[in-house]
Amino acid sequence: MSRGLIVHQAGPGVSVQDLGRPGYLAFGLSRGGAADLRALHEGAALLGQAPGLAALEMAGTGGTFEATEPMRIALVGAPMRAHLDGTPLAWNASHLLPAGARLVVGPASAGVYGYLHAGGGIATPEVLGARAAHLAAGLGAAVSAGDRLPVGTDRGGAETGLRLDPEERFAGGAVRIVAGCQTGLFDPADVARFEETVFTRDLRGNRMGVRLIPDGEGFAARDGLSVLSEAIVPGDIQITGDGVPFVLMAESQTTGGYPRIGAVLPCDLARVAQAAPGTRLRLRFVPMGEALTAERRAAEARASLRRRLTRLVRDPREIRDLLSCQLISGAIAGHEEE
Amino acid sequence: MADVTGKMSQDTFPRLGRVGLDGLLVSFGDRLSEAANRAALAFRAAVERDTPDGVEESATSLVSVFVRFDVLRVDPAGVMAAMARLLESRDWYAEALPEGRRLWRIPTVYGTDLAPQLDEAAGEAGLSPKAAAAEIAAARVRVQTIGFAPGQPYLGALPEHWNIPRQQTLTGRVPVGALVVAIRQLVLFSVSTPTGWRHVGQTAFRPFRPEAEVPFVLRPGDEVIFEAVGRGTYERLREAGPDGGATCEVLR
Repeated sequence: MSRGLIVHQAGPGVSVQDLGRPGYLAFGLSRGGAADLRALHEGAALLGQAPGLAALEMAGTGGTFEATEPMRIALVGAPMRAHLDGTPLAWNASHLLPAGARLVVGPASAGVYGYLHAGGGIATPEVLGARAAHLAAGLGAAVSAGDRLPVGTDRGGAETGLRLDPEERFAGGAVRIVAGCQTGLFDPADVARFEETVFTRDLRGNRMGVRLIPDGEGFAARDGLSVLSEAIVPGDIQITGDGVPFVLMAESQTTGGYPRIGAVLPCDLARVAQAAPGTRLRLRFVPMGEALTAERRAAEARASLRRRLTRLVRDPREIRDLLSCQLISGAIAGHEEE
Repeated sequence: MADVTGKMSQDTFPRLGRVGLDGLLVSFGDRLSEAANRAALAFRAAVERDTPDGVEESATSLVSVFVRFDVLRVDPAGVMAAMARLLESRDWYAEALPEGRRLWRIPTVYGTDLAPQLDEAAGEAGLSPKAAAAEIAAARVRVQTIGFAPGQPYLGALPEHWNIPRQQTLTGRVPVGALVVAIRQLVLFSVSTPTGWRHVGQTAFRPFRPEAEVPFVLRPGDEVIFEAVGRGTYERLREAGPDGGATCEVLR
């Protein structure tokens, strides 16, 4: 069969994702796309390809995959336990997936969303200019056992065995936010208390949004004010009826009437998305100037990812079967002759 | 924070404010009115016609316009100033409705097991179920905004006695094509989802068709009559395609 990935088994949250569909807000369709956009850039850098190519997003756990022909892959995002025919594979690295070998990606040891990139990108048909599944909008479907995902032609070279130090974002911590036109609906004392509050990522959370439980009292706009429905976008922090903040994610609805106390910086949104249930977060207001500087630095860091790649050093103690390892390098040579 | 909220303390409309790092909101009121809705549609049309440098997209909701810009490429203050100039250039509340508006007639089954909350909604509005269905079926409502879900219209306004609240708890999923009511508005669902609005009618019309040449069918400003049909007609129209028997004519 043609170049592709066979899915033998998949966790419940595996889907094809890319940079999403910006520009359809007026039509009621949110951007969607990868929950952790940074991971798309990291995977693309490891494979020397464009960040717009689609990858498999794996929420919580991955699955079992097989390539129909030798294929370069990269594993990034929330670190997950990965094995190739029983041999452990390094995360945040590129590898060769020989035809017929079994790639097993298990549960995340930290964070939420892991990503499996393939050389050439997942090449399912584009709908409205992107391949990203947007389940809330009924676009695409979750990946499941028995699927065969087409993979594009690999134009990123033949190199594998590269690694990348990921930007730390899998353990919660400090998240920068900016005030917006509804921050003033809240009492300044409550806004100050919001910054002091430690939040715990609730069990309730998905690609549409993440609920954050405060360690103290909840929050409310002055006089329990309700607001008329307005455009809402990923990063917005809604204060829902029960006083608990809900941070909107890539697949959010496009309008909402809950008051918003602020918005998470785009470059810090992956830190919220990647906070597993129970993870603690702090939300700190920064002035617009500081926010802009942070966003510029993040863009520069994305642009410099390829320059920061290093060679993967294999630890022989982690490789149980050296012989099978050599068979894998044989497959690399075969691929290069093609 | 003062650099942002300072601008927001004004009590008058229209009002201009930042939303997140790369967005701004032009708001024409704090409640829904026909004039504010028209102003928002006209303002967005002007932004789309003559888009300031760095603006990447714009969208209306009921009485406001959201604008997203490339914050790494253009100075937010410049975009804000351009929007303020545009805002001051005319009386947006006096602007006409968008051009090319259409009148849709969408066959709708009221009540039955297909739309099980007609009786309850009628009760909230102080009407008999029959009178409630007849009133909605005779109403000519306008698409005030598209949003929440892809291609999903919010339509109004119904008479004052339809100012009924949303339910405190969400009902289970309503299907695509469900006609629901609350706060003098109708919503025609484009996706299957739980909702707090009451399900009073069911159509075979699909407002969102991702694979079609026109994926988002209805536009703000369009008018709709949800004409009553019997169950048998509905079943037949459901087989006939995504229009569900709807007809469309251009308004002049």
